[in-house]
Amino acid sequence: MIMNSLTRWQRPDLAAWPTFGKLFGLRDELDRLFESPFSELARGSQLLSVWNPALDVYEDKDNVVVTAELPGMKKEDIDVSLHDGSLSISGERKREEKFEGAETYREERFVGRFQRTISLPSAVDGAKVKAQYKDGILTITLPKAEEAKPKQIEVNVN
Amino acid sequence: MNAVANQETHKDIQGNHANRPQNFISPEVNIFETKDGYVLQAEMPGVNKEGLEVTLEGNELTILGRRNRQELNLSPLYRESSTADYRRVFELDPAIDTGKVNAQMNQGVLTLHLPKSEKVKPRKVTVSD
Repeated sequence: MIMNSLTRWQRPDLAAWPTFGKLFGLRDELDRLFESPFSELARGSQLLSVWNPALDVYEDKDNVVVTAELPGMKKEDIDVSLHDGSLSISGERKREEKFEGAETYREERFVGRFQRTISLPSAVDGAKVKAQYKDGILTITLPKAEEAKPKQIEVNVN
Repeated sequence: MNAVANQETHKDIQGNHANRPQNFISPEVNIFETKDGYVLQAEMPGVNKEGLEVTLEGNELTILGRRNRQELNLSPLYRESSTADYRRVFELDPAIDTGKVNAQMNQGVLTLHLPKSEKVKPRKVTVSD
């Protein structure tokens, strides 16, 4: 059957948690849940989880930089908002219509809404926040507020 | 299958350069079949055209994506993303015309068009009286 010929080749020693596309039904998934050790349950499966794009937070002396892995989005579908010292990134990825009628062999990519909120490590100047979307990574640069910047105090010893 | 696995391991060892991280993560993929062929989409955020390697060896398709690592003078406070590169191997349907595979990279998503060769496409036969 053609269906088997496009299956993923998996190295036998990499016992990864399998991903569930349309190839596996909810029932198989549930059967698996009962057979799996608790550690695997804790990691969760795609079918029962939501899209949680990976976030990184960095800083230097002038800026807080937040990056989010959001592959294959449209710029217009990403929302960034700043409220009371917390930064929210949200958006939605829609199912591609052009493959609606096509036979689906694997569907591991998330479709739907996501939202991530983090509290920022220091006060920022909301008016100067910049966001860039490149190679599927959203980078938000938040300049620190003047009062949050480290200051060097010169001490004169006589 | 075991022969393939051994060959793979061997390749990984040979390709091991001193400072290059050799652990890979497997990108999430969607695979669709249309009447003309297959479409494979793989999520590899942080990879651009230059970091992409798609290789075909016989019926084996390997996609490899190396992250575009920018040297930033930033100290990490919190990190969820992986630093590993992406790699995944697929066995192809023999009906695919490997000479006509087309790859595109857009916002961290690789789209591969794998057309079926002309001779295996369903052909309409008109019945004459």
